[in-house]
Amino acid sequence: MFNNLSDKLDKALHVLKGHGSITEVNVAETLKEVRRALLDADVNFKTAKEFTNRVKDKALGQDVLTTLQPGQLMVKIVKDELTELMGGDTVGISLKSSPSVILMSGLQGSGKTTFSGKLANYLKTKKTKKPLLVACDVYRPAAINQLHVVGEQIKVDVYSEEGNMDPVAIATNAIAHAKQNGHNVVIVDTAGRLAVDEEMMTEIANIHNAITPDETLFVVDSMTGQDAVNTAKAFNDKLNFDGVVLTKLDGDTRGGAAISIKSVVNKPIKFIGTGEKMDAIDVFHPARMADRILGMGDVVSLVERA
Amino acid sequence: EKSKNTFFDKLSKAVAGKSKVDDDVLDNLEEVLVSSDVGVNTTLKIIDRIEKRVAEDKYLGTEELNKILREEIAGLLSETNTGNATQFEVPSKNKPHVIMVVGVNGVGKTTTIGKLAFQFKKAGKKVVLGAADTFRAAAIDQLQVWADRTDVPIVKQSMGSDPASVAFDTLQSAVNQDADVVIIDTAGRLHNKVNLMNELTKVKRVMQKVVGDAPHDVLLVLDGSTGQNAFEQAKQFTAATEVTSLAVTKLDGTAKGGVVIGISDQFQIPVKYIGVGEGIEDLQVFNKFEFVDSFFK
Ligand SMILES: Nc1nc2c(ncn2[C@@H]2O[C@H](COP(=O)(O)OP(=O)(O)OP(=O)(O)O)[C@@H](O)[C@H]2O)c(=O)[nH]1
Ligand SMILES: Nc1nc2c(ncn2[C@@H]2O[C@H](COP(=O)(O)OP(=O)(O)OP(=O)(O)O)[C@@H](O)[C@H]2O)c(=O)[nH]1
Ligand SMILES: [Mg+2]
Ligand SMILES: [Mg+2]
Repeated sequence: MFNNLSDKLDKALHVLKGHGSITEVNVAETLKEVRRALLDADVNFKTAKEFTNRVKDKALGQDVLTTLQPGQLMVKIVKDELTELMGGDTVGISLKSSPSVILMSGLQGSGKTTFSGKLANYLKTKKTKKPLLVACDVYRPAAINQLHVVGEQIKVDVYSEEGNMDPVAIATNAIAHAKQNGHNVVIVDTAGRLAVDEEMMTEIANIHNAITPDETLFVVDSMTGQDAVNTAKAFNDKLNFDGVVLTKLDGDTRGGAAISIKSVVNKPIKFIGTGEKMDAIDVFHPARMADRILGMGDVVSLVERA
Repeated sequence: EKSKNTFFDKLSKAVAGKSKVDDDVLDNLEEVLVSSDVGVNTTLKIIDRIEKRVAEDKYLGTEELNKILREEIAGLLSETNTGNATQFEVPSKNKPHVIMVVGVNGVGKTTTIGKLAFQFKKAGKKVVLGAADTFRAAAIDQLQVWADRTDVPIVKQSMGSDPASVAFDTLQSAVNQDADVVIIDTAGRLHNKVNLMNELTKVKRVMQKVVGDAPHDVLLVLDGSTGQNAFEQAKQFTAATEVTSLAVTKLDGTAKGGVVIGISDQFQIPVKYIGVGEGIEDLQVFNKFEFVDSFFK
């Protein structure tokens, strides 16, 4: 299904060859293929358009008779632009306060509960922290149980209140509990919610106001399509979140949603999820993601063949 | 709808009296479709069909254009989607009628099963649920909550046990109870994990030891907010389990789920249900015209 960008550029780059410099005319076909590759990778329609316009501006008038082949030059411009867009260096999370409070947010099924466990495990084993997991999803069947099972797996304490339907109160009480019990990180798992669900969006804003987290993370499924921009924007408007977590990257999705989100909210992607197990967590690498979205390994080999 | 009229108005103004749709309108249509996750390939296919129809029919009023647009897009949805069904039905020739529910992680399989159990039970059927997701934390408890809510029996073992064995037990129990419908929950799995996909094939095979032609329905659940990756999901799950129908969930959000048009077209699998919320009644029988209309709202 995913025609590699290289296949598409193959034809287009042919047109560029033999020209002294990149012009509006000879770049048009290439840009069309780049845009199409981005759309096939689920980059948002508008984002893809803006992106190719920027690439065009960079490319126009560039001299291609020097060392680089015209194809190589285009690939380089596209890749550089994409990597820059995805954010420069890896950004960590803030753990200054004691306890440091981390709030998870996102759509239903995006991977919040699983990631809460992974992050707790990561902070415990890699940063010698003593985390507390907090069960603030009072709606989903067995959500609290799920977090307890996760907590047992990684040997991290879980705070929950049986029968309490007020997540603001649970979160507030949990922080007091953490202070009393020497936990220096508190990770608050919340229910999945749709951006258009006003009541639920107000709820998470209330949790946010009550606990003033050091880090608010927006968890998003890397298989998400065009709607990623709407969702990210709505959550960011409500929570002004600090970073993004991209889950389920162990699949074969290109993950173009990453670009769309980055360009619409301009917040760093901090972590990725790469499996269901508790150790399947990694920090985010912009260049690798750019490669993935464009299938760049293939592009490089194409250029070498040329 | 106001905005809906705007799009259709634009389209008809641009086409009226002409034998060719102008580029502006096609660009507009492309944006609407791609933004609904229909995908570039399928979008081009739709545009092609519309251009052909317009070339044939020459003068077209707004009404006709609306009709053509809806027809051509809906026309890509598998033939078996008559778009007329309104009831939750199971064929009575199979007793029990066995439904196996599959899909990648977190799409809404377990929730859809709960909603289906509710509908079938309401229709007077005797339903049994099988908790064959023995892997995800508290997955069995989650299905148990739905069994309690709908007041239907559930067959389960402990976490970590063999899913095929749970499915086997469930079918046996259903046969013994003379049940009408069996719904088997399975663990979410990404379609590129060969071992996990083989496990599904095995679950299916083991069921056939109890009911020879089970499962009668393999329901692939797709998250309505998923983009083009849903194609690969459909392809790989079909290869492993011969998917017979689709459910698209989370359409109560702003995502449109347009990717199923191309999937239904390419694999000839009908969309049966859509999920429109987390509540027990938030499942609908798929209506292709309503679905297509939602892109233009
Ligand atoms: N393959 C894979 N599966 C994942 C990953 N992260 C989460 N999952 C799975 O995705 C499904 C949903 O994960 P949850 O953690 O329950 O998602 P959630 O956001 O808490 O869901 P709700 O609370 O219902 O909104 C589960 O089956 C997880 O095992 C990942 O990085 N890779
Ligand atoms: N808004 C909305 N949420 C839904 C819908 N269907 C399911 N959900 C939610 O999506 C999340 C995941 O649903 P599950 O039924 O657990 O998904 P699953 O496919 O069984 O997940 P795994 O077993 O972990 O792979 C839950 O929070 C559900 O409440 C729907 O149609 N609309
Ligand atoms: Mg959760
Ligand atoms: Mg499930």
